[in-house]
Amino acid sequence: MNIYYNFAYFDEGSKQEIRRAILKAVAIPGFQVPFASREMPIARGWGTGGLQLTLALIGRSDILKVIDQGCDESVNAVSIKRLVTKTTGVDITDITERATIIQSRHRIPEVPLTTDQILVLQVPIPEPLRHYEPSEMATQKLHAEQEYSGAWLMLFEQIMHYRHMSTGADHPVLVHNRYVMAPSPIPRYDNPKLNYSPALVLLGAGREKKVYAVPPYTQVVSLAFQDFPFRVENFSGKTCRLCGYAAAYLDELVDDTTGTTFFQCNDTSYCFKRRNETAL
Amino acid sequence: MAYVAVKGGAQAIEASIRRLKFERLKRGRVLGVPEALAGLRSLIDQVMSEGSLYCEALAALAIKQAEGSPEEAVFVLRAYRSTLPRKYYSKTIEPQAMEVERRISASFKDIPGGQILGSSPDYTHRMLDLTLLDESDVSVGLWLREFTALPAATAGNEAASLRALPKVAQYLREQQLLPHYLPDDTPPADVTKQSVQFPTTRSQRLQMLTRGQTGAVTALAYAALRGYGGQHPTVGELRVGQVPVYVDDPLQAEAADGEAYYLGQVKVTEVEALVVKSAGKNAQKKSLTFALGYGLCLGQNETKAIAMSVLDQCLEAGDPQYPTHNEEFVLMHIDSVEATGFISHLKLPHYVTFQSKLDSIRRTSDRLAEAAKECAP
Amino acid sequence: MVRDVENPILTVRNLSKRFGLGCRQCQSGPTSHLDKNYCQNCGTVYACAEVSFDLYANEVLGIVGESGSGKSTLLRCLYFDEEPSGGEVYLSAYHHGEKNVVLASSQQKRYIRNHTLGMVYQNPVLGLKMNFSAIGNIAEKLIAAGTRHVADMEGRGHELLQHVSIPLARIKETPKSFSGGMQQRVQIAKALSNNPPILLLDEITTGLDLSVQASVLDLIKEIRRSTHISMLIVSHDLAVIRMMADRTIVMLDGAIVEAGVTDQILEDPQHWHTQQLVYSLL
Repeated sequence: MNIYYNFAYFDEGSKQEIRRAILKAVAIPGFQVPFASREMPIARGWGTGGLQLTLALIGRSDILKVIDQGCDESVNAVSIKRLVTKTTGVDITDITERATIIQSRHRIPEVPLTTDQILVLQVPIPEPLRHYEPSEMATQKLHAEQEYSGAWLMLFEQIMHYRHMSTGADHPVLVHNRYVMAPSPIPRYDNPKLNYSPALVLLGAGREKKVYAVPPYTQVVSLAFQDFPFRVENFSGKTCRLCGYAAAYLDELVDDTTGTTFFQCNDTSYCFKRRNETAL
Repeated sequence: MAYVAVKGGAQAIEASIRRLKFERLKRGRVLGVPEALAGLRSLIDQVMSEGSLYCEALAALAIKQAEGSPEEAVFVLRAYRSTLPRKYYSKTIEPQAMEVERRISASFKDIPGGQILGSSPDYTHRMLDLTLLDESDVSVGLWLREFTALPAATAGNEAASLRALPKVAQYLREQQLLPHYLPDDTPPADVTKQSVQFPTTRSQRLQMLTRGQTGAVTALAYAALRGYGGQHPTVGELRVGQVPVYVDDPLQAEAADGEAYYLGQVKVTEVEALVVKSAGKNAQKKSLTFALGYGLCLGQNETKAIAMSVLDQCLEAGDPQYPTHNEEFVLMHIDSVEATGFISHLKLPHYVTFQSKLDSIRRTSDRLAEAAKECAP
Repeated sequence: MVRDVENPILTVRNLSKRFGLGCRQCQSGPTSHLDKNYCQNCGTVYACAEVSFDLYANEVLGIVGESGSGKSTLLRCLYFDEEPSGGEVYLSAYHHGEKNVVLASSQQKRYIRNHTLGMVYQNPVLGLKMNFSAIGNIAEKLIAAGTRHVADMEGRGHELLQHVSIPLARIKETPKSFSGGMQQRVQIAKALSNNPPILLLDEITTGLDLSVQASVLDLIKEIRRSTHISMLIVSHDLAVIRMMADRTIVMLDGAIVEAGVTDQILEDPQHWHTQQLVYSLL
């Protein structure tokens, strides 16, 4: 028997349903829209949400960049790229400026995005209030009634215990002054990039079956208190060993031979770009 | 300095995939799909049920590809199912019209039509059978010839009656022990086409249970029986057999009976479990009655079908003191692809989020160190 | 204690709460066949039947009745824990008392709860988040009322918890590890944190040791003196009502059978049930 796959893997009916959900998400910034998430050849928890969004949107003339932890060569990113090219034949790039669709796990690229680009983020847990309230039915009500004291309460408890907000990544944000949203496990460092972003940002949770969006030029504010403002990760005094940059999000690594700690740009394509520019 | 670009990731993946193929082939023997179809009937039934796709050949192929892992085989089958456009729904299947191969009841010693043990490992002794090492195509052929030559245990007309065995539940309805419900033909919501919102309908719950991972559904039903569920059902009837599948002519709005198209038969396992429930809204006029817990699975999957019927009743009862009555707790965690996917995702790189955590922890220890310095004499 | 006689801060008119669907027998008005507040035919319970009363600024209104009289249900309806089956409720803080709060949207009801009302439940589990710290519980209510300043919330939390005699060393612990009396005091502190004009107290001393009861009641009296909040105190214990309430209403089978100044009711009860309650006072 022969198996024939449609362009971008899904049948047209599935793509239609996903696109409708995306449109609804864009119309209500920060609101989690349920969608009938389908199984994919890649495991749940490995980016099926982001992947469904990309496959529903991608066209023959698109150029796709996929990164995981900021790296184009990460195993997961390579695997996703292979699936997309196998079912679409679309061009792939590592260079952020050249991509029209960027699918990413856990980072927003260092290079500022433009209005011609769409950023697709992979989300494990779309519900920012989940640790405060385990029930889905209850959290839906809280969003509807704009009852977000739970989100601030979680931050308050952290301050009581540690004298600072201790969220690692996925620090909750308020979108368009209405919905509190989980920005996906991007480091706090990347939260400010969402505010008034020229690019459309889509967030997909495949296993939890939700899609939500931050339309271009939307206000996105990280939750904080008047006397405890939002702070990004501290890399003061540290620079990238490869390109010398100090203002990017850095990975911490240990040298095999000397045993010393050193730092390197997390966004690998950005680091290459800087090194190639200085080399010329 | 020349343009720097590293393509190591892709190479590593390719090597890993080759290595996986090596593991599957290293013993130098091919597991043919016909062999898998012939000898792995039970695993095929499990994979079809969890994969939610009835095709023994494709399930056998998926099992071969997955080297026998139900987790992987179900994954592959579901991913394939995602690519199939689905334009029709069959007519409602009537398990009453099942061509029964096995049919028992724990509630009554004898039932109309009899207790038919059929094919089941229940009556074997689970002792490792070393004689299976000596099986060959020839010895198997000989045994099959002897088996088919055996005279039929029953007379001719009884064979035909295997298609018209009355339901035990019907007897209870006639005795007014099971409430009689009016038929409800509301089209059910397809959970694979519309995402589920809570609270769910019973039809949605049954769909999610039948697609559930056998181990997960079994474990939760076990917990329900052991005190975390407050239910102790009796199996009213368990049936395994073939049921016919019909599809209406899609071009005709309402086809008359007898004009539907016959697609074939599927083997299913059906369980109707009985629980005692109090009925009546009036506290004065309460009475006891039976309620039915329902389980239905593709293939012969008896444990899962029984577990499904137990959980069906738990979720119908919805007593907040039991976790097995909480529909979010039960239904969100039993799907094989979702559960195994999320657990295995922990193997993915998490160093960015980990770096964030390091930063938070370092800030705390810095603060504690400063505080300690201040306190030091 | 001067009462603003002109404008009640809370007006309740014909508030009803029914559990069950009702049937022809029990809904036939004056000829309905109810056994107390319960319909023999369909099993419907009429927990509150056409309850009407006013609450004025700076007064304490006691609601007394035995189990099943409907007094807790009434309070739960006012705090939006239950949806009334009928009737009207007006709050001077909500559209100057011109709009029926029962018909407000769920968002508006949340707003009213967070800004105008404080509630203390008989069971602290209902009023506290047991897996958040004591001071976190206070902060939750302050955050819901709009505060976004940690030092302010910490300060107010310390102030309130000290006021209710919770030692400062324990404010970062969760109420799970507190005694029943302590949990109740944290609840009271939480209910007061947003300075609500109306405080609802549902059997708050029932089940506590006698000495603890006394200290909790003393606390309420002290709060009354210092803040002039209006309170609705529900209790089955007439002694508590006598100590705390300026006016009292007596409930039986979901309806008010007697209302008036507390002292008067105690000295000269009119309704036979009130007489029963008064004469059984130890």
